[in-house]
Amino acid sequence: MTVNEQIAIDHGLKKDEYTKICELLDRTPNITELGIFSAMWNEHCSYKSSRIHLKNLPTKGKQVIQGPGENAGVVDIGDNDAIVFKIESHNHPSFIEPYQGAATGVGGIMRDVFTMGARPIANLNSIHFGSPQHKKTKNLLRGVVHGIGGYGNCMGVPTIAGQTNFDSSYNGNILVNAMTLGLVKKDKIFYSKAAGLNKPVIYVGSKTGRDGIHGASMASASFDEKIEEKKPTVQVGDPFTEKLLLEACLELMAGDSIIAIQDMGAAGLTSSSIEMASKGNLGIEINLNNVPCRETKMTPYEIMLSESQERMLIVLENGKEEQAKKIFDKWNLDFAVIGKTTNSKKIELFFNEEQVADIPVNTLVENSPMYDRKWKKAKLPKKNKIKKENLKNLKIIYVLKKVLSDPNVCSKEWIWQQYDHTVMGDTIQKPGGDSGVVRVHGTDKAIAASVDSSAVYCWAHPLTGGKQVVCESFRNLISVGAKPVAITNCLNFGSPEKEDNMGEFVECVQGIGEASEYLKFPVVSGNVSFYNQTKEEGIKPTPSIGGVGLIKDYKKMITMDFKEIGNTVLVIGKTEGHIDQSIFARNILNEKNGPPPEINLFNEKNNGETLLKLIDAGHVKSAHDVSIGGIITAVSKMCIKGNKGINLKKPKYLINEIEYYFAEDQGRYIIEVSKESLKKVTDILNKNAVHFDELGTINEGQLFIDEKTKVAIDDLRTSNTNWLINYMSK
Amino acid sequence: MKSSVITFPGSNCDRDMDVALKKFGFKNKMVWHNDAELPKSDLVVLPGGFSYGDYLRCGSMASKSKIMKSVINFANSGGMVMGICNGFQILVETGLVPGVLLRNKYLEFICKNVYVKINNKQNTYFNNINNEVLKFHIAHNEGNYFCTKDQLKEIEDNEQIAINYCDKNGKTDEQFNPNGSIKNIAGIFNKEKNILGMMPHPERMIDPSLSGEDGSLFFNNLINNLK
Repeated sequence: MTVNEQIAIDHGLKKDEYTKICELLDRTPNITELGIFSAMWNEHCSYKSSRIHLKNLPTKGKQVIQGPGENAGVVDIGDNDAIVFKIESHNHPSFIEPYQGAATGVGGIMRDVFTMGARPIANLNSIHFGSPQHKKTKNLLRGVVHGIGGYGNCMGVPTIAGQTNFDSSYNGNILVNAMTLGLVKKDKIFYSKAAGLNKPVIYVGSKTGRDGIHGASMASASFDEKIEEKKPTVQVGDPFTEKLLLEACLELMAGDSIIAIQDMGAAGLTSSSIEMASKGNLGIEINLNNVPCRETKMTPYEIMLSESQERMLIVLENGKEEQAKKIFDKWNLDFAVIGKTTNSKKIELFFNEEQVADIPVNTLVENSPMYDRKWKKAKLPKKNKIKKENLKNLKIIYVLKKVLSDPNVCSKEWIWQQYDHTVMGDTIQKPGGDSGVVRVHGTDKAIAASVDSSAVYCWAHPLTGGKQVVCESFRNLISVGAKPVAITNCLNFGSPEKEDNMGEFVECVQGIGEASEYLKFPVVSGNVSFYNQTKEEGIKPTPSIGGVGLIKDYKKMITMDFKEIGNTVLVIGKTEGHIDQSIFARNILNEKNGPPPEINLFNEKNNGETLLKLIDAGHVKSAHDVSIGGIITAVSKMCIKGNKGINLKKPKYLINEIEYYFAEDQGRYIIEVSKESLKKVTDILNKNAVHFDELGTINEGQLFIDEKTKVAIDDLRTSNTNWLINYMSK
Repeated sequence: MKSSVITFPGSNCDRDMDVALKKFGFKNKMVWHNDAELPKSDLVVLPGGFSYGDYLRCGSMASKSKIMKSVINFANSGGMVMGICNGFQILVETGLVPGVLLRNKYLEFICKNVYVKINNKQNTYFNNINNEVLKFHIAHNEGNYFCTKDQLKEIEDNEQIAINYCDKNGKTDEQFNPNGSIKNIAGIFNKEKNILGMMPHPERMIDPSLSGEDGSLFFNNLINNLK
């Protein structure tokens, strides 16, 4: 087939991009070469619209061993231990085929982590669905949950935390973001940079099939009515093979034969070989006849673009082939020498003794397009004036029950009970808390992780929203007693070619950058997913932040359940009564406009760090950050989890009771302290200039509000637990 | 006391079991599925996981592994063999214990704490445990125990039911049955009671920081009974 402009356009390339390819090669590419360019230059692999903005994110810190640019980020947790982690999207495939899309998302992110030599120790996910009433939502939710569980459970890696949201903006584009944390010795981290000439290039893992061809290109385009036709672009996962691959790779990594290793993720053999060559400033020569194939008569084009799962590419030291092959034989996995490193700085492919591609590596990587897309700055919306009489008629218990049973607040136990969250025997905080926590096996240390996003706030004002998500992650780690270490981000947005959506991206990234810089909570890895768009309709801007924190002594970990009757409950941080964009405003008052709550980074840092001091001194019995639904929602969840009640009393503020209890002001935490510690705690808070209110005392099982209204905790639990179970069983 | 944990391709609770056995004083060895000989053992454990990816049928391919010949011989000569979760599925596939394990009633993987009632203490596994009810942990997709009426009668006549799902007071109602198992069966013995297959994972309950410590109780008691 002779390549022309139309074929290039059919591959998702733009007209001028095709012209540039011809110029760079100084000839017309053949079809295999065009396929390779289209795979490397699509949005998903090249970050062509986002690179220019991402470079402003803070990525450094003394704890950072490896920032963005590798398979995953790496942070130092002391004693020669390091944590490797990353979050990645698998949105488009999951909408087309929810089980396989979600499953391979989980498989892909785990491979990114164990490629670096780390054994995965925890999985997390952030999943977003359309309105519960939308006809596709229930099946998509079921499929995604089964897919995540199907893969993670089989791998024997606990899924320790996550987030599930519903919003009609995801009706046509669900989001599936998967995150993995791995544990590695600091001196045994593996990278993807090839080095040395004439080193064997090895293919290991599953055979290559015709699945997933152009998966990355599919993920770089909007959906239209022909979406069903895209099913063949979704990969099929085999967690069993991945488990074998994990064990075989870790066994090989225990020796010293690997120079570089890279998993074959998006754009398969193409991106893995090119990345290794590019980072090593080398060339790679591959004989495609040696690639293990699942099907007969596969063409070079298909072999290079297949996204078959569970495959790795390794550059080995000379003479180590036999020894390495033995390991892969033991695990029943394919092992093939498919090529070698060269000094040509080109990617050279051969098939049936003919050269089928000859491309300088730099044309695919450094010379890939980079766009400074036009974007529109968002205005801060005006505050709404909420009429006090509208609030007066509301019964607080009625509102509370409505909030607790809201799809975005309710208990997600139906979901996480389908994930094995206890395998590996180190999960000391299960899903349902502020963060999941796993011990660093055989030590006193533990790692906390959470994943957050606040699409509503980001939609209302991207800059504030971007900051807020980072702060929320910070708080979720602190609430369990962990010192925040670093974050990974998964940036889910609409089309970068639309100024509004691009503006949302730019300003969210700016907000993320500002907050992570201030909180010394750097971004060490991440991924961008654009074109979450069906026809003209884009999703709400949804950056997901995966946060990782360290607990030095796991016995000091904090959980959110109220512990003891008679203990005092405080709220740390000032409640100003910010109602706009709260779940209360949106779902009870049906008011969707207005600004999100403001972020004061000084208070965030000060409140969080002071709370960590209190926890470290052993004064805190339970803690929970205040997020959507405000103080009363947070307190109710602590009651439900602890099977206790509370006598709540609103302090003498000027704001209304409803505003006090449901406002979503930021930087706040609820904490439980014993009567004996109370004085010490308030002294420390005062000394550090942290605002706090005393909320009340823990009782046996009633939520008593200002001595007027009461409700049994069992009643609240029913509201909180039943929505999802009922929804899924209908 | 010497123990052996068999690792099949796809086993994923083998390390957890190794950690648990060692914690309670066993000298444990990991044994590869492709080995022919079992090391000298006082206890052999088939661990949880997804041996052979659960392909064909859970446990069926693993039951034909090379090492299983030795395990079966060991078991038939009275050796102590315990299968947990996928290990239980492997045991039923070998026929060492009766019955089959079907997909959970609601067709979903379940990971949660459960209570089990000890049904028979006249054996090395549960003898001397004072509690009637233990808090264990399950994590499986195919734990719905089923057998024919005749088999059930035989199992009951021979007192082969080891543990039943129940509430914290030991009530074995259907509402405390997480997966649809016949008679709330969570674990069974062979006739001679030297082989135990059960769905719950005691190795995940060996530390107060984890879900609980009834696993510690179980392993402590087991090693003492073996001594």
